[in-house]
Amino acid sequence: MIQRLLKSREALLAAAIIGLIAAVATRYPAFAAPVNLAQAFNDTSILIILALAQMTVILTRSIDLSTASNLCFTGMAVAMLNRAHPELPIALIIGVSLLWGLALGAFNGLLVWKIGIPPIVVTLGTLTIYRGLTFVLSGGAWVNADKMSPAFIEFQRQALLGIPVLSWIAIAVIAAFFVFLRYTKLGRDIYAIGVNPTAAVYTGIDVGRTKFIAFCISGLASGLAGYLWISRYVIASVEVANGYELNVIAACVIGGISIAGGVGSVAGTVMGALFLGLIGLALPVINVSPFWQLAISGAAILVAIILNARGEKSQGRLILKKAAQA
Amino acid sequence: MSSEIIHTRQIPDRLDKPFSAAVRSWETLLLVVAFMVFVFNSFASPHFLDAWTLSDMTFNFTEKALIALPMALLIIAGEIDLSVAAILALSSTLMGFAMQFGFGTPALVCVGVIIGLACGAFNGLLVTGLNLPSIVVTIGTMSLFRGLAFIILGDQVYKNYPDSFAYFGQGYVTWVVSFELVLFLLFAVVFGFLLHFTTFGRKLYFIGRNPVSAQFSGVNVKRMKFTLFCLTGVMSGLASVLLTSRLGSTRPSIAQGFELEAITMVVLGGVAITGGAGSILGVVLAALIMGLVTFGFGLLNVPGIVMSIFVGLLLIAVIALPILWTRFMWVLKK
Amino acid sequence: MRALHNVNLSLYPGQVTALVGENGAGKSTLVKILTGIYQPDEGTIALDGKPVTLASAQSAFELGITAIHQETVLFDDLTVAENIWLGHAPRTRLGLIDWTAMNSQARAVLAQMHAAHIAPDARLRDLSIANKHLVAVARSMSIDARVVVMDEPTAALSAKEINELYDLVALLKSQGKAILFISHKFDEIYKIADRYTVFRDGEQVGEGFLKDTAQNDLVKLMVGRSVDKVFPKHHAEIGGSVLAVAGLSHPTEFENISFDLHRGEILGFYGLVGAGRTEVMKALFGMTRPSAGKITVEGKPLVIDSAEGAIDAGIVYVPEERGAQGLGGGLPIFMNVSLPSLKRTSKNAVLRLKNEFDLARRYTERLDLRAASLSQDVSTLSGGNQQKVVIAKWLAMSPKVIILDEPTKGIDIGSKAAVHEFMAQLVSEGMAVIMVSSEIPEILGMSDRVVVMREGLITATFENKNLKPETLVRAAAGIAA
Repeated sequence: MIQRLLKSREALLAAAIIGLIAAVATRYPAFAAPVNLAQAFNDTSILIILALAQMTVILTRSIDLSTASNLCFTGMAVAMLNRAHPELPIALIIGVSLLWGLALGAFNGLLVWKIGIPPIVVTLGTLTIYRGLTFVLSGGAWVNADKMSPAFIEFQRQALLGIPVLSWIAIAVIAAFFVFLRYTKLGRDIYAIGVNPTAAVYTGIDVGRTKFIAFCISGLASGLAGYLWISRYVIASVEVANGYELNVIAACVIGGISIAGGVGSVAGTVMGALFLGLIGLALPVINVSPFWQLAISGAAILVAIILNARGEKSQGRLILKKAAQA
Repeated sequence: MSSEIIHTRQIPDRLDKPFSAAVRSWETLLLVVAFMVFVFNSFASPHFLDAWTLSDMTFNFTEKALIALPMALLIIAGEIDLSVAAILALSSTLMGFAMQFGFGTPALVCVGVIIGLACGAFNGLLVTGLNLPSIVVTIGTMSLFRGLAFIILGDQVYKNYPDSFAYFGQGYVTWVVSFELVLFLLFAVVFGFLLHFTTFGRKLYFIGRNPVSAQFSGVNVKRMKFTLFCLTGVMSGLASVLLTSRLGSTRPSIAQGFELEAITMVVLGGVAITGGAGSILGVVLAALIMGLVTFGFGLLNVPGIVMSIFVGLLLIAVIALPILWTRFMWVLKK
Repeated sequence: MRALHNVNLSLYPGQVTALVGENGAGKSTLVKILTGIYQPDEGTIALDGKPVTLASAQSAFELGITAIHQETVLFDDLTVAENIWLGHAPRTRLGLIDWTAMNSQARAVLAQMHAAHIAPDARLRDLSIANKHLVAVARSMSIDARVVVMDEPTAALSAKEINELYDLVALLKSQGKAILFISHKFDEIYKIADRYTVFRDGEQVGEGFLKDTAQNDLVKLMVGRSVDKVFPKHHAEIGGSVLAVAGLSHPTEFENISFDLHRGEILGFYGLVGAGRTEVMKALFGMTRPSAGKITVEGKPLVIDSAEGAIDAGIVYVPEERGAQGLGGGLPIFMNVSLPSLKRTSKNAVLRLKNEFDLARRYTERLDLRAASLSQDVSTLSGGNQQKVVIAKWLAMSPKVIILDEPTKGIDIGSKAAVHEFMAQLVSEGMAVIMVSSEIPEILGMSDRVVVMREGLITATFENKNLKPETLVRAAAGIAA
């Protein structure tokens, strides 16, 4: 039992998170207070949403480097829409951000599915394209807080049962991904094509189409994150979330998602994101300069991939009888 | 074709005439594109054809292209290094750190290059020693290396590099020919020679195409990959010397995003992202095109970020178009 | 070249039909056609008397034709239950996958197969090969399959596991399923099959009831043509020892492997697929580390820990998997040939293309390579010509020992003859050849001596004088003479 727990990445990661909280709390008990932890979750919400979508893409043996640019572009689009028409309801804003993000994700997916360009090349290209289009759209200008409607800004901050809407959205997204990846045929197909594309074809799964859908999901999540990010940090500019795609991938890697596809869980990814988020929050508390954060997350990524690789070592074939019986 | 004829005939070295093969090559296409951008630029601005203007243009790509050269070798061998810009940042930071202790210019250059080598060796060790995929390893070391730069420097700036240090990024060898350009051309020749005319280069193609069969043919795949990571580190260190010298200062955020631009140059240059194909000439031409485009947009007062749309589209288009073209011809045949 | 021609095969409910034939006889092609992965050019397939089209893997599966492949085509990182139910999992009323029902139904299917020891929620990766086979069988039972194809399912199993599999076949039989059982092992065919059908070179050469047929007749039917017609006689002088292997062992793959190889000799290695022959050769070539044993080349003891080391010692290896291990696909012929010889063709590590072309031409023409030019991409060549490129690459190194692993597997008759002709030439020039082969005619036609391996051990070594195919088959399958 203990051995099995040790082998489970999720358990290891949960232990690391609890250890981190406990270590900080020994000196600053307030850090472990429920209020603070709820705040930490809220702060990590956007990263969680993006990481879950990225995980879906990575499961299919692909990668989406364009998520942060998609977020930036969509965020700018809805911010400008809000500036021009402050009267539009938030539901519509969210709807637009989802569709906008979906369109960008579908473009990635189509290039991968229909033309067969490697995902890393496609999304490397769209990474610069989407951010460039943000500039074209905005003319390089910012949308500041005073140009955003109160409803636009306040929506995610409203409390529902004492918890901000942003956290509720993250919880809903986690639940949706959990159900989708575990309880739907499409979700299981996503795992199957990552584990063994050949066997997937033998089982009658359309590998290209499934990858396309994964990119669409990634687009949807990036779009939603676009609105949430802009309304959270109340500024829309070309620089928004620059380089953030690597944090997202880092959360996945720390969460135990294998870059080779097919291996990973929603719980792992969420914890990977929380781990990164908590480090960011813990550093100022223990009086370490926030400049340490990047190096620590880099080290965490390396430790995570080394640990993951050790768990995946496959054994050679057993030919000798006595070896087979042992 | 009867088999009798083939049997009695010597198998020829090649069927293609070298000339006609060259005309149809990727490099020729790039050359045409470069020429078109060049012509467009000269119409767009009367100042473009000025020798100093052209010289200024080269600063747009020399440092990144210097990293793109070893990156091309690495990608041909089926690996990738996303940490190059972070290596550059760490090298630059430690050069600044060393400068505070009164290191002279030669010592600073050594620090930059040696830190690059150390970072590259660290990447290589993780990838070849522990059998980890280079893409995730270098995503990790990318954060680690730049993170170390942030720890050392925080929001501070290193300035006041020695006057003689300025030569690397700001000096001219003769007339309008900058030191950076000369160094880049020199290394382009060295890397071109290494890739296309040596046994080392030949083996890289085999490693990229099929590492298992390369190993079965007696190629020491791990040692060669390790060497490549070290080489990439050294060149990043060298680029760090140039960039630091040109800017005259170091911030930990220096060279942000360079890795993606260097990789774009490599892929645009015709190197297969899946490994096993590509040429240095292509990479050099791609670097030139990216420099010309950036500069041309600059002349038109179009901001650099808009030009990045063009580069992104170019990257996707140059890979998509040949695929679509083949498919189109196939449909026509049917 | 046709892989399969004019086959008339009938399977009957509640009966096991054994399909026997040498490697390359067309058995796996038939499996791929029956499971919808390949499409036949001609002919019909009827299920319960009604003609059906197996347009895709999915449609074959839905029609109730399932296969248990030699190397399982399943999902290592998914659970047992999911591997059984992927694509037709039980759903809840909301249309979601019902994991509880899936696990309990998986448990029921496994229990029915007397395989209750396999937990439905275990990861497939953690299962033994035998248990993976059981999961594949469970998958076919989960859709109530009509036809179950088993492609050498016992090749990698231990004796105990094999008996459990036999019980399973009996169970499937009692449920009225039609079973096609592919095997090289005669004892098991007689134990579990009712009928047999024999393939040779892509054609069906015989069928009938096993109870009416003697084992020796079946072997003759399978081996077919008389041996000495096809193979070039070689009259090489057998000289002193080149390679001596003593007590070579590996923790899981082979044990106590000892043999001698002489100059001018062709030493055949016969055995069933998975007997450990390739693993021994890989150790000789430095690709895996043996745990014990001594390798001596021309009297000098050597530790070979890399392919480079083996090549320097004069040992070269032509692997069984040409595409995956022998060639750099996408690169020209001459580069493939010159790769290990680059030290010699270059000067101070600088390439000399002329030397490379000369080298490539000299050795490929000796092997009668058919190619448009030496700059042609190797992956556009036929299997036989690819094999010639791999052999040419090693000949250019003038080795002392050349190991050929299944040198004629999957190549056409013409190229086969060229490869055999060439082996005869090599030994006449004083080289020593180790030939791993699962084809009895090839072993008997070419070898001077034959080493037989079974389950990682050497079971017999024969002088190839009046050696009978039956003797080899018995030694490889572990049947007492």
